[in-house]
Amino acid sequence: MSNLVKYFSLKEIKKSLVITLWFMVLTFPIMVIKVNTIENTVIWRWGYLAIIAIGSFILSTLWRYMMERKSLQAGKESKISLQQKLREMGEKNPRLKRGALAAVVVLVVAYPFATSMYQTGIMTTALMYVVLGLGLNIVVGLGGLLHLGYAAFYAVGAYTYALLHVHFGIGFWVSLPIGAGLATILGILLAIPVLRLRGDYLAIVTLGFGEIVRIILENWNDFSYGPSGIANIPRPTLFGIHFKLQQATIFIYFIMVALVVFTIFIVRRLENSRMGRTWIAMREDEIASQSMGIDITKTKVTTFAIGAFWAGMIGVVFAAKTTFINPASFTLWESIIILCIVVIGGMGSIFGVVVGAGILILLPEYLRAFSQYRMLLFGAILVLMMVFRPGGIVTNVRKVYRIDKEKTGEAE
Amino acid sequence: MVPILETKNLTMDFGGLRAVDNINFHINEGEIVALIGPNGAGKTTFFNCITGVYKPTGGDIFIAPDGTHSERINGLKPNIVTEKGLARTFQNIRLFQNMTVLENVMIGRHCRLSAGILGAILRTKATLAEEKKVVDDSYEILEEIGLTKFANEFAKNLPYGAQRRLEIARAMATDPFLLLLDEPAAGMNPQETKELDEMILHIRKNKKISILLIEHDMSLVMSVSEKIFVVDYGKLIAEGTPDEIKKNPEVIKAYLGDETDA
Repeated sequence: MSNLVKYFSLKEIKKSLVITLWFMVLTFPIMVIKVNTIENTVIWRWGYLAIIAIGSFILSTLWRYMMERKSLQAGKESKISLQQKLREMGEKNPRLKRGALAAVVVLVVAYPFATSMYQTGIMTTALMYVVLGLGLNIVVGLGGLLHLGYAAFYAVGAYTYALLHVHFGIGFWVSLPIGAGLATILGILLAIPVLRLRGDYLAIVTLGFGEIVRIILENWNDFSYGPSGIANIPRPTLFGIHFKLQQATIFIYFIMVALVVFTIFIVRRLENSRMGRTWIAMREDEIASQSMGIDITKTKVTTFAIGAFWAGMIGVVFAAKTTFINPASFTLWESIIILCIVVIGGMGSIFGVVVGAGILILLPEYLRAFSQYRMLLFGAILVLMMVFRPGGIVTNVRKVYRIDKEKTGEAE
Repeated sequence: MVPILETKNLTMDFGGLRAVDNINFHINEGEIVALIGPNGAGKTTFFNCITGVYKPTGGDIFIAPDGTHSERINGLKPNIVTEKGLARTFQNIRLFQNMTVLENVMIGRHCRLSAGILGAILRTKATLAEEKKVVDDSYEILEEIGLTKFANEFAKNLPYGAQRRLEIARAMATDPFLLLLDEPAAGMNPQETKELDEMILHIRKNKKISILLIEHDMSLVMSVSEKIFVVDYGKLIAEGTPDEIKKNPEVIKAYLGDETDA
């Protein structure tokens, strides 16, 4: 209670009251007056006014309270992030760490058998977005290049598999690297014209690029079968064994688990390598990094290429999972969802992306009751995030290098 | 002996404005040379031409790292110039704010390393050894500059003087034969300036690096540099030892104005 008093004064409450009044006036015409044009009568819904008054007062007081708290906390020592806390806990008692890891493994393995096919499907989708998020995280989070056309690479992967299957009967496992490879090449091609662009301009060009790819797929009927898409894409097989629907769902789930582990493994290694450092340096200051001997051209191209690689790979999995693709799956909205995963989860942080994908993909599935308000909630969450946790849910922690007395550096 | 850096009639035009006008400049091995001049005289533009940020519109730039063979470096990209052994700092600090101090220096080492993407993924022996060496070397540079206590701190959290020093450390990490410092003492207090003075002399002595600095702080310029070049309105108006420059009427005019102007 004393906390509340600390953050509040009478002045604050007064301000909230003014806001409440303001809202009542503003919403009066639409919320209170209802004109029935047929009977020529006016209905006054005073009850709504009361609801708005109470609602806006509570919300604005809450907002003020949060803002006060935030500004008070800003002065304090930098907060220790969740990731750091977990890491420290793991270091303190390795047994706990091993136990937690084992629990996660058991959970992941048991999940598809313990739950329904529907649940497994949702989880597979979430895992796909984890990989997509990690891929975009390289471009946006580490490289600092705002990329709004990421779904285009995703589309390339999906269409690679679909078309290879239709024309040449090539299977999933061969298509997987080909899809990823083609997306990488497209990433390089995109990187070349945008080398000089940054920030807003880059965002616009990449957005345009994403739309171009989608529109081509929509209109080039001879090549991509247009808006009607491609159906009957086979699900993945294991050494030539074809699965039934249920088994295939579980199988794809495990493929995705493997791919997530693979992605995290690679991204973690890249992030702290010589190349990863150049990405971050580029994000921080392009001119300075160039003056320190970093080839910006090369760095930008590798960022786009490696980012695109993961999208292409997941595109193939997507085609195999849904067995049907059309251009409608690769709209701007898709790119924005992936971007939101990165931003909400925490730019540059692997753990953050995993959390972000979980929140943005799983929550809407479980909150189907509120599906009407999905966009509204989504917007509200984004605004709140930007105000209260601009660094994302999990802020990234830079690697700490340990140096012992004899000056021998030891990288963890 | 050939000068390690030499410019011949270096000219840089921005549209109709001539920011650098036919400057002939040279610096010999082991020298500390200062470039001074009033604000807007074209000093930083001169720096940017040398380091490849701008492509000069006229004249030539030659370097001779070994002191024998001259090489023309006009219009090379900044990263290539850095690879060739010219390292610079910035007038307005341009550190990698959200990287640790050690990582900032490690970025400086970048152009002397060779690990590629496969090495990073597979963590080959060569890559691991190289990474270990980078950390060691970078730490050693931090020791030299006296920043080890901040090693794992974000660059943005450093006090101002330390940020300036880190800029120098980062530049030194590229293994240069010539260090170009753009107003290293800007915003420093007298104590920090004095430390900087010692540091510059120390770098020259221990690392055998020649130094070219732009500076407004005359006490620093006069105490460390052996030779001074003065520019005004893009033109070189004087060169000589500190004592000569102090007495040069042209320089006094450039800084204090002509009597008839008043």
